[in-house]
Amino acid sequence: MKRGPSWFNLVSITLGFAFLYLPIVLLVVWSFNASKLVTVWGGFSTKWYAALLQDEQLLSAAWVTVRVGLVSATLATVLGALAAVALVRGGRFRGRTMFSGMVYAPLVMPEVIMGLALLLLFVALRFDRGFWTVMLAHTTFTLSYVAVVVHSRLVTFDRSLEEAAQDLGCTPGQAFMKVTLPNIFPAVLAGWMLAFTLSLDDLVIASFTSGPGATTLPMRIYSQVRLGVTPEINAVCTLLIAVVATGIIIYSLTQKWRTGAAARAAA
Amino acid sequence: MSRAPAKPAKPKPDGKRLNIGAVRSSFAPWNDPNAVPLVRFEGVTKRFGTQTAVDDVSLDIYPGEFFALLGPSGCGKTTLMRMLAGFETPDAGRITLDGKDLAGVPPHQRPVNMMFQSYALFPHLTVEQNIAFGLKQEGLPRGEIAARVAEMLDLVKLTPFAKRKPDQLSGGQKQRVALARAVARKPKMLLLDEPLGALDKKLREETQFELMDLQVELGVTFLIVTHDQEEAMVMADRIAVMREGKTVQVARPEEIYETPASRYVAEFLGDVNLFETLVDAIEHPMAHLRTPEAQAGFYVLDDDCPAPGATVWLAVRPEKMTISLDPPPAGTRNVLAGEIWDIGYTGDWTNYIVELPGGRLVRVARANSRRFVERPIGWDDKVWVSFDPDAGVVLTS
Repeated sequence: MKRGPSWFNLVSITLGFAFLYLPIVLLVVWSFNASKLVTVWGGFSTKWYAALLQDEQLLSAAWVTVRVGLVSATLATVLGALAAVALVRGGRFRGRTMFSGMVYAPLVMPEVIMGLALLLLFVALRFDRGFWTVMLAHTTFTLSYVAVVVHSRLVTFDRSLEEAAQDLGCTPGQAFMKVTLPNIFPAVLAGWMLAFTLSLDDLVIASFTSGPGATTLPMRIYSQVRLGVTPEINAVCTLLIAVVATGIIIYSLTQKWRTGAAARAAA
Repeated sequence: MSRAPAKPAKPKPDGKRLNIGAVRSSFAPWNDPNAVPLVRFEGVTKRFGTQTAVDDVSLDIYPGEFFALLGPSGCGKTTLMRMLAGFETPDAGRITLDGKDLAGVPPHQRPVNMMFQSYALFPHLTVEQNIAFGLKQEGLPRGEIAARVAEMLDLVKLTPFAKRKPDQLSGGQKQRVALARAVARKPKMLLLDEPLGALDKKLREETQFELMDLQVELGVTFLIVTHDQEEAMVMADRIAVMREGKTVQVARPEEIYETPASRYVAEFLGDVNLFETLVDAIEHPMAHLRTPEAQAGFYVLDDDCPAPGATVWLAVRPEKMTISLDPPPAGTRNVLAGEIWDIGYTGDWTNYIVELPGGRLVRVARANSRRFVERPIGWDDKVWVSFDPDAGVVLTS
């Protein structure tokens, strides 16, 4: 019997990962380049990270992004979770199929179209574009992702637990807060992480819906790159990758933790 | 005081009056015209789409009673219980508890508690917190909750497991936590949905007796839903046998077993041999039934027997038949000759399947009350099966 992967498997997986991650690794490496020239290695240095702290524009863009992410992820989590609850627990209410289709539509909708549609809406409503419009736009498209994650948890959640809570004196609302929510919390948290990360790295929808004074980090990076790649951009991108990677890791850990818990409960 | 049977005692051919069944109990509020039922179902109907799950059911359950709803899956027994708990709303009829109409009362305001089939323990709470859940909801002071939880843990013998989470318990322990949680609020009535369904046989038998003791100790009325006839017979004071949303018989276990109301009930509870017969003549106190299975026909007690000419079914339980290798003395009534077809030995009982000349199979059960037998019965032996005139029940439906 053969042990371990064959040569063919090793080569193909190396090539595959290289294709996916080599550009990112390069970007991270160049962010520590001492030289101002992007393509010439001038020794190791963290001076570009220090320079970042001096760049007012970049810092304010980062701060906008974080604020948009926090508020929109939270709002999307509340709304997405409620949508999932309605879909799973609401029975066969009128328009259920339509509701479900509309909740999940943004998952497959081209971002450009969503951005354009939202722009038209905000213009028509004479809504001043800025922080709030970006935040609302991000809420609308990340909400679907939260709904998917919470929905998949809720369908496996034993409904008799809610009935037992009601039987023991809870109103339906209390039963949800005291029994359902604590049990689906990992999924809700995972949904929040997902929404936050999606909001963090969105460029298309943000460019359509933001206005003066509400430039997000991806927008800032994009506009600077058009003038030429600087090591400073590499540094900020590295930080962004770190934040997003952390988010994804936490998301998968909570997912793993809850499936582990479910497996233990089933055993 | 003897628990008076609902039906009058049957006269034996020699005129002596006997009682139905092997159990005597003084608890029979359903025969007392002054007794007030705790729960009343009056013409309750529930439909799901085009399907009628519960069809015009009327039932009275008395305080302190251990009442069982028995039937195959899909007969509406769980729906009936869930309507009492408040999780389903009847489409017609009403349910009263202590004389108060429960219509419109949400589950959390009903003075009943339910033990769910899946136990529905809260996985994020410890055993202790699970039991305390309903008490906290009631807003009891902290000290009282702690005392009650300790009392409940002691009652179900789970004190050492107080700090465990449900997924660290065995099936039997989970069942006891669910029970403790449901009775902690001292409900007027405890609803148990297939409470022993997930336990293995040995544990199930032990738990049956534990539940009965607990019911006496707590003095709470129990309503249990089960598809297991043995479970219902062992535990319940009265059983309602259900079929396709209707109650087909409501009576004590002994009455249901010994005087089933229909072929359905006779076959659902225990084994039975059914003979399709024609009423030939009534010669009080006996009736003569004609059947192709026995040349001389059958002689049975004539009570509840319709007039000659009617088609009836004679139901005879396997253990009420006698099997022998020798022909019975001449003049013995209700004799069937046949050959052994199969034998099932279960230790306490031996089940003989006897083939009659026409190919019809008859089941006879014999208690293995002795360890040594002079002539054991073997395969292909010629045997005679007989039963007393009062061994069978005449059924018209």
